[in-house]
Formats: sequence, structure tokens, C-alpha cells
Amino acid sequence: MKPSRRTFIKGTLAGGLVVAFHVPAYGVNEPGQAPDDTRNKFAPNAFIRIDHSGQTTLVMPQVEMGQGVYTSIAMILAEELDADLSKVVLQHAPANEKLYVNPGLGLQATGNSNSIRAFWLPLRKAAAATRAVLIQAAAQAWRVDAGTVRTDSGIAIHEASGRRLPYSALLNRAQTLAPPTEPVLKDPREFKVIGRPLKRFDTPNKVNGEVVYGIDAMLPGMKFAMFSACPVFGGKVARVDDAAAKAIPGVRQIVVLDDLVAVIGDHTWAAKTGLDALTIHWNFGPHAQLSSEEIWQQLRSESRKDGVVAKSTGDIAQGLARGERHSAEYEMPFLAHATMEPLNCTAHMRPDSCELWIGTQIMARVTQTVAKLTGLPEAKVLVHNHFLGGGFGRRLEPDMALTAVRIAQHVDGPVKVTWSREEDVQHDIYRPCYRDVVAGSLVDGKLAALKYKVCGSSVLARWAPPAFQNGIDGDSVDAAVDMPYGVADFHVEYQRVEPPGIPTGFWRGVGPNNNVFAIESFVDECARKLGKDPVAFRRAMLDKNLRMRAALDLVVEKSDWAKPLPARVGRGISLSPGFASFLATVVEAEVDASGEVNVRRVTAAIDTGIAINPDTIEAQLQGGFIFGITAALYGEITIRQGRVQQSNFHDYRMLRINETPIIEVHIIKSGEAPGGIGEAGTTAIVPALRNAIYAATGIPLRRMPIDRGALASRKNA
Amino acid sequence: MSETKLLVNGEPRTVSAPDDMPLLWVLRDLIGLTGTKFGCGIAQCGACTVHIDGHPVRSCRLPLSAVGGRAITTIEGVGKTDAGARVQKAWLDLEVVQCGYCQSGQIMSAAALLASTPNPDDSDINAAMAGNICRCGTYVRIRAAIKQAASGSKAGDA
Repeated sequence: MKPSRRTFIKGTLAGGLVVAFHVPAYGVNEPGQAPDDTRNKFAPNAFIRIDHSGQTTLVMPQVEMGQGVYTSIAMILAEELDADLSKVVLQHAPANEKLYVNPGLGLQATGNSNSIRAFWLPLRKAAAATRAVLIQAAAQAWRVDAGTVRTDSGIAIHEASGRRLPYSALLNRAQTLAPPTEPVLKDPREFKVIGRPLKRFDTPNKVNGEVVYGIDAMLPGMKFAMFSACPVFGGKVARVDDAAAKAIPGVRQIVVLDDLVAVIGDHTWAAKTGLDALTIHWNFGPHAQLSSEEIWQQLRSESRKDGVVAKSTGDIAQGLARGERHSAEYEMPFLAHATMEPLNCTAHMRPDSCELWIGTQIMARVTQTVAKLTGLPEAKVLVHNHFLGGGFGRRLEPDMALTAVRIAQHVDGPVKVTWSREEDVQHDIYRPCYRDVVAGSLVDGKLAALKYKVCGSSVLARWAPPAFQNGIDGDSVDAAVDMPYGVADFHVEYQRVEPPGIPTGFWRGVGPNNNVFAIESFVDECARKLGKDPVAFRRAMLDKNLRMRAALDLVVEKSDWAKPLPARVGRGISLSPGFASFLATVVEAEVDASGEVNVRRVTAAIDTGIAINPDTIEAQLQGGFIFGITAALYGEITIRQGRVQQSNFHDYRMLRINETPIIEVHIIKSGEAPGGIGEAGTTAIVPALRNAIYAATGIPLRRMPIDRGALASRKNA
Repeated sequence: MSETKLLVNGEPRTVSAPDDMPLLWVLRDLIGLTGTKFGCGIAQCGACTVHIDGHPVRSCRLPLSAVGGRAITTIEGVGKTDAGARVQKAWLDLEVVQCGYCQSGQIMSAAALLASTPNPDDSDINAAMAGNICRCGTYVRIRAAIKQAASGSKAGDA
């Protein structure tokens, strides 16, 4: 049985493990300051620096945007290094694609819930190799066999003679030794740090206002800018009447670029009021009449065509010819990210260099794209990264940096460019809309054949062109080709359909969101068609997926699955295989007579491999669920006359505390390699909620967000 | 544009700003107290919440001219109040924070709630906190932390 969160915390305290990692609130963001100073430090690799006082600096290759990765990564490094935890400080990695490449993505980026998956072994090896040379240095100093030296909390110990030396006393000798390329890693049974619900190292500065996000950068002589980009994507500025704006006290400058107009002021308010006082005439360009209807019409029409085969087992044509046929189409809308920290970037353009203050998921790409834009060598572009006030995929794009630099090219001195919330919502890079076409056949109470086709925009083809191979977007079919059920005749197709005029990007849950929604909705419909319990129907197809089956069994037990519910209340289940985690989720929801949906309770069971920090896993699932419920209940970006119709939180709604269900997370103990966790909850919850509504009302929603009108139209299941 | 005297976290400040400038930008851009956050600009998200004489106010819609000599408390100063310190402690004890961007506002709303309602029930919490959006979805822990901070007050009073 998994201990509760409370027992974990008590256990930590009882264990006496006091961790006081220091994360500088501001870090290395002073103008011109070198991002990684290794002078007078033992720096055996990209991630570890130990100085002669024993201070151990761990360099964070992945950015902290709330997912707790600074703590998890520091825990992995500290574990294999046997670091003195009281002397550890964390440092943001500088932009350096060679040293800090994410092995799972091929560039210096934080995304796809893969920080731990990608860095688990490389970081353990780097830290273990460092520990090995420190042990060797001690062995040489003592003229003993290295095998007789052990380490604990930053100290090398020779038990037999009782000799001890802190790592700080071994640095000079260690520096002369070559770290082993294949160091011996700890047996997980020896883990002292990994697996404990440690307190996060970044949060103390986040409750007292001290933490510095990109938007908080303050520099001497800084100006403040806000801007309006053409409301229609692809449109251009025709003419600007700026007399009224220039008359506003504090307005210093109007910058007119081809696609946007910025007002530069002594403070953000001057910039905003100046912007409001402008009259901008636009040439809206080719998308001036674009509408959601047109985009959906195109997508639905294209979805009738055959796609490119991404996976095929058995014989789908024969399979579909047998048994009882079921088919359905599912649709997901465009979505905005709406990170709580609106997009922003501070830029200082000088004749021979450019300096940026930003919070980004892609430091090296920001450097590269700014270098390309300005013609400067990459070495002359210095990016100071900060804590991110939410990422969710939005900060995987460099547009906030490019916009700031383009404006800064016309400004003398540093300028902070802040996007208004309206600009942030209306010039997002949107989660694509999708249409999935699904067909299956039912034989002997099971799904015997399944044909699944994804139709939608390929983010990957734009964002990482080499990854888009043979017409297949691997992300778009990720959780389809790995779907959990054993179905003999199984066939997955991908059909790329790019919407005109609307940029598309990654969004928390990425491709699996769409796959799991369609497949889990479809499976529920098949169960009902056969008159079977949705859990029993699924379980019978999990003979070869024991990790998922164990998650299913646990969630059934914890969610009171079999317990009767009142009328118009239902439970729904989903199984989500995304991000190398095995997640089973049950939602209990009530649908009132007017079609309003009240999400009452969420129960989840997950096997995510070795849990680095169980408290973070719980937090990420809680947050991921709420992100998904928000999308299911409220999320849709619509287009009219080429413009995004939503603009701020009054018409692009977020779930609030009064709508938040009870959420229980049960973590299965596992010795497998760690899986991803940041996006799993978002992917799982939408179909689970949809299936709860199906159970409560009998109405099979095929499109998100939830249509309250459809739910109100029939009063009984 | 005129000189305005303010009392921020107990310290007198003089700023030169337009009367209609929201307190949010005065705090952030002129005084340099960046703990108070910009989130929406239309009092929909609560990220900019500060206390005026102990009451929670959305500073993005509060013109400088409406503040007068009343006491302004921001996230940088709320830890000096009893309720603020208890809320901050509970926030860390229960590890509420994720990205943290909205948490200044969440903590300011929660501290004001506890100062006026020492033992809030769920509906009190909903009423006081529904104006604060958290995109990371920390609401479950926010509710638990408020309850813990409140029970801490009972223990302290006993």
C-alpha cells in the first residue's frame, strides 16, 4: 500500500534529512554577467561544480516552470554524488546546445514531459563519475585501495583507518584524474534521496515575492513597451495616427514595424495608454475572412481521405469485415495556453551584441533565432533565463524574444516588452484542432479490430522538421500506436491538414491528448454497445499490458467504481499510456438539468516507474487534471473574420477553486525507469470526464469542449 | 502627473505618476516591488492582489488617486502580519506552489481571508479565493493549506 502524503512528510522529518538547497532568486541575470563561472572550481562535467569551501553547484539543464524539475534533477545528481546537501546551490544552465542538449529531444529544450526520462541516466552517470574520481583521489592520498573508500554527505571515508576527507579537500587531486566513462551506479535499494517527497528548492522564494520571472527583470535605464500586432494573422500595418499617443505623459516613442506597432514609455501604464490612444490602420491580408467554420469544413473534408499508415498489425480490412461494427468521429478545438505570466521579454540591443532577459523552454534556440534575426554571431547574444510563470508548451516558441528584439532594434537602451493578456490570447501559437476517424468491430465481447485515423496540423513538421518523416507526425499518433489494448487487427493512420492562417504549437499533453480522448471515448461506446461494464471491457484486453492492468485494478478499488450513484451522476474511466507512464483515471461527475457539469471527484492510479519525488508526481497529476478539466469545460479558440474571438479570462475561462473536485492520486511502487508526469494528467482526464458524462446521461459527446446545450436537451439517460 | 505619497509595507514612498495609473504598475515599474504580478489587467485573475488597509484589492484596476494615505501591503510585506506568515508557512508545508506566478495573489487573498475569518469553511474559501486563477492547478493544496493555516491559528490562540 502506498503511504499517504502525510506519512511521507512525517517520514522525511523522522529520517532527519534536512535539505536546504539554495536557489538564487535572481541568479546570473546581471547585465553582462557570465552565466557559468567555473574559475577555482572542480568542474568535471556540465552539471557539477565544487569549490574549495565545499559549495556544490548543480547546473540545471532543464528549466523550472512549476513542474518541480529543479528539485528532481538536483535529487538525482545529489544521490549519485553523495553530495553534502547543506552545501548545494542550483544554477540555471546557460544556452549551450552541446553541453545541455536534451537527449530525448535533440536540442536544449524542456518539453514533452521527458526531463527525467531523458536525463535520468546521463545525470546519474555524470554524478557517479564525479564521485568515482573523488574516491580515487582520497584513495591516492591515503595510499589505500579505492574499493575500501566510501562516501557520505560530501565526505570520503576510509572505514578501516577512520580517515575522512571532505570532497573540498580532494579537488586538486581529483582534477588530475580522468572520470570513468561507465561509472558504477548505485543500486536503487541504496537510494537515500531519490524516492523521498522532498520539499522543493524553488518554492521558498515563491511565497514571499522574491522570485524573479522574466517579466520581473528590472534594469537601469529600462523602458517599457506594449504592442498591438495585426489582429489577423499575416496582416500588415498600413498607417498609424499617433498624435494622441505622443501627447500622453510618459510615452517616449512609437515603433512601427511591418506587422505590429509598439509604444515605448517610462512605465507599462504609459505604454498601454499610449497604445490605446493610437489609431492603427491595417491591411488584413489573405486571411481577413477566415472563420472557424471554414477551418472545420476543410478539416472534415480532408478527413475523408486516406492517411499515411503509421502502424498496422494483423489485417484491418478483414478485421473490420467481421463482427458488429462501430464507428465514430471525434473533434478537439484550437486552444490557447494562457500561462499566468503573460509573454514577455526584455531586450537590450547594442551595435555589436544583444542581451535578453526571458523565461523560455528553449534557451539555445532563442539564441540562434536572435542571432539569425540580428546578424550577430551567437556568441554575441547573451540570454538570461528565469523561472517561468508557466510554460505548457507556449515557451517552446521564440516569438516573444523575436518580437522584443525587433522592437529593441529601434530603442536606445534596454526595453521590457510585455504582452497584454489580450495580445497573449490572440497571438498564441494554438493547440491544433483535430478530427479523428475511428472504426472498430466487436467479436465475442471484445474489440477485435480498430482503425484509427488522426487528422490535424503537424506541429512537429514546423518545430522539428527532421522529425517529420514519411508524412507521419510521431507526436500526433504517439499514444495511438502505443494504445494499451491487445487488438489483433489494429491500424493507425495520420493525415496532415494545416489550417490556413492559424499558427499551431505544442500544448500540455501534446499529441496524446487527442489520441487518448478519441480511443478512450470509442472504447467506452463499444462497451456500452455490448452492454458491458467499461472497466471489465477494458480489463479483458489488457492481458499483455500488466502495468496498465495493475493501475486499472488499483483505481477501481480506490474510486468505489461499483458503488451506486444518484441519477445524472456518473463515473467514467480512461487509461492513458502517454509519456511512458501508465495512468488509470476515474472521474465522478454530475450533469444538472441545464447541462451544467459538476466534476465531483477524481481518483487516479499511476505506475510512472521509479518515483523520484512522489510529492511532485502527486502535484503534477493534480495540476494536469485541472488543466484538462479547464479545457473540457471551457476551452475553445474560435476565429471570425480572421481574428481570434477570445481575449482574456472573461471569455477564455479557467477552472477556479470553487469548481475544483476532490483529487486522489495513488502511486504504484515500481522499479522501472522513470516515466513522464507533467502532461499525463491532462491527457487522461478529458476522456475520463467525457465518459463520466456518458455514464450520467447516456449522451456520447464526440467533440470538446463539452456542449452544455446537448446535455440539457435530454433529461434522462 | 503629480507627486503622490504612499505607505507601502509600512514605509512611506513618494512617486511621480498619473492619477489614473493602476497601483499595480506603480508598485512594479516605479517602486520596483515586482512580487505583485500582472496577469490580466481586468481584475479577472487576482494575480495582482494587494491589501489596502487589510482588505484584498485587485491592484491592476485600482487607480493611484483612489489609494490615498491608506496602508498598502504587498507580498513582500505580508509575512510581517500574523495571518500572512501563517499562510506562507502552510503554503510551504503543503508544497502548494508550482510555477508560482499566481501565488503572490493567492497568498494575499488567503491572508486577508484568515484575518477576517479565522476559521473559514469550504464556502468561505470558495468565496474568498474564486477570484484567483491558478493555471498550474494548485487549488486542491490551496484549500488544504488555508485550513492548515487556520488550524495553526487555533493552536496559537490556545
